[in-house]
Amino acid sequence: MKILVCVTSVPDTTTKITFTDNNTKLNKAGVTFITGPYDDYALARAVELKEKTGATITVLNVGEADSEPVIRKCLAIGADDAIRVNAEPTDAYFVAEQIAAIAKENNYDLILMGRESIDYNGGQVHGIVGEMLGIPSISPVMLLDLDGDTAKITREIEGGKESLEAKLPLVLGCQEPIAEWKIPNMRGIMTARTKPLKVVEPTATDKLSAVASYELPAPRGAVKMIPADAAETLIQLLHTEAKVI
Amino acid sequence: MSVLIFAELDEGKLKKSSQEAIFYGAKVAEMLGTSATALIAGAANDTELASAGRFGATKVLHATDARLNEPNGMAYATVVAAAAQQEGSKVIVLAKSSLADAMTARLAGKLKAGLAANVVELPDISNGFVVKSSIYTGKAFAFNSLKADVKILAIKKNTITPEESDASASVEAFTPLLNEADFAVLVKNTEKSSGDILLPEADFVVSAGRGLKGPENWSIVEDLAKALHAATACSKPVSDLDWRPHSEHVGQTGLKISPNLYIACGISGAIQHLAGVNSSKVIVVINKDADAPFFKSADYGIVGDVFDVLPRLTKAVQAL
Repeated sequence: MKILVCVTSVPDTTTKITFTDNNTKLNKAGVTFITGPYDDYALARAVELKEKTGATITVLNVGEADSEPVIRKCLAIGADDAIRVNAEPTDAYFVAEQIAAIAKENNYDLILMGRESIDYNGGQVHGIVGEMLGIPSISPVMLLDLDGDTAKITREIEGGKESLEAKLPLVLGCQEPIAEWKIPNMRGIMTARTKPLKVVEPTATDKLSAVASYELPAPRGAVKMIPADAAETLIQLLHTEAKVI
Repeated sequence: MSVLIFAELDEGKLKKSSQEAIFYGAKVAEMLGTSATALIAGAANDTELASAGRFGATKVLHATDARLNEPNGMAYATVVAAAAQQEGSKVIVLAKSSLADAMTARLAGKLKAGLAANVVELPDISNGFVVKSSIYTGKAFAFNSLKADVKILAIKKNTITPEESDASASVEAFTPLLNEADFAVLVKNTEKSSGDILLPEADFVVSAGRGLKGPENWSIVEDLAKALHAATACSKPVSDLDWRPHSEHVGQTGLKISPNLYIACGISGAIQHLAGVNSSKVIVVINKDADAPFFKSADYGIVGDVFDVLPRLTKAVQAL
């Protein structure tokens, strides 16, 4: 069993986002970068499958050199080796092309990643990779079990969930509660230092989209407080002032 | 050359988010000097299909293959790609949804399309094709320049307010060849609450957190939701504790919603929760803790006990 886990290096969820260079670049000053929370679920489930049935886990990141701490942390959690495609991951099709190129060389049984990155929130890379490899893609996956070469999957749909079955190989976009996030232990951190991390250059492809500039949302006005003993006033205000009901 | 809109049905009716997508697509068509065609799959009567015209589509392609009754993103991508080819469409518009997300990715792969997700405004075509998208889970926007020949725009709820006319669309049967490989994933079982308002579609949302103290107390949330015709939602701890299903969880790792009205009851407002709801038009926070951070991000606030306040709000709504 060979599992590829694709991870993103993204600003911590508590980050206050700001931009520099006339709103054309993320201001990275003081920002802590973490493994994408959804990618962390994917990795955690891969490690559980490895413990249960035996598997090798390769971690793949499309990113620049500053994402290496995140990759090392994935190795510390239980991945066996890692590949970094040295490119800025700004366009979903471009990122998918890098992943598909590596997958074609290595015949993974499972390609796992988060349902979406929490920077661009596109949620598209798993589907594009599936299309490029001609194999099914399923997202968002909440439960994943293997029975030989059959995957038993629960996927969230609007207002509920679906139980699915499919033969490997598959590309899956993962979310909670597929597994509990794992925290690396000291032994993992030590061994991660010597696990192989290969850096490769991207296969030359065009980016189909490019961000011209960024903008922050307009701040909300001041909150209007309503005394609890006059709570009914709220409904009047929503009706006559905010005009939403 | 027409702009193609992928529109969805819910129980035979055009989804509200799809009405928005059709109206948006028709506006883009107007900008590009062309017409708007909607692709609709599944069982619906002709009146309902023709009602796509009220939102600006001049033509509806109706696919009725029974295999499309399952929300299979791969099969839908094949159908939408065939429709785009038939219509010569270079711009494809759809509203974000569970099915649309799965379909869009496969479609982008098939058509080598430039894709913008979470689009919040009409495109700017004065210099290239630039769309504004919500990124960093609602904390910022990106102006994304789409360079590919085919462009896919996945719009976020409340991006545009549809204006209805009394026009009606012509309806054509659409029977593309489906691809067997798209059906490799078997659906064994589906659990779906029926009759409820779908959370991503809802204009009003009543949401509750640990302040409700236990799942047995949810009736006061449901009563207010029912009076408002709102959907119910919950915070991450509530879903983690299994008080409510995960499909109701809104926040950084749950659903991101943008309703007209979001009422948060007994939710303190961690930044991760705000990320899922901060693009709601109006936010109301009810919390007994006056220092709850959520009040800073709210439009209206009540410091009070949800067990006292919610039933009174329900009565006030019923009296409107």
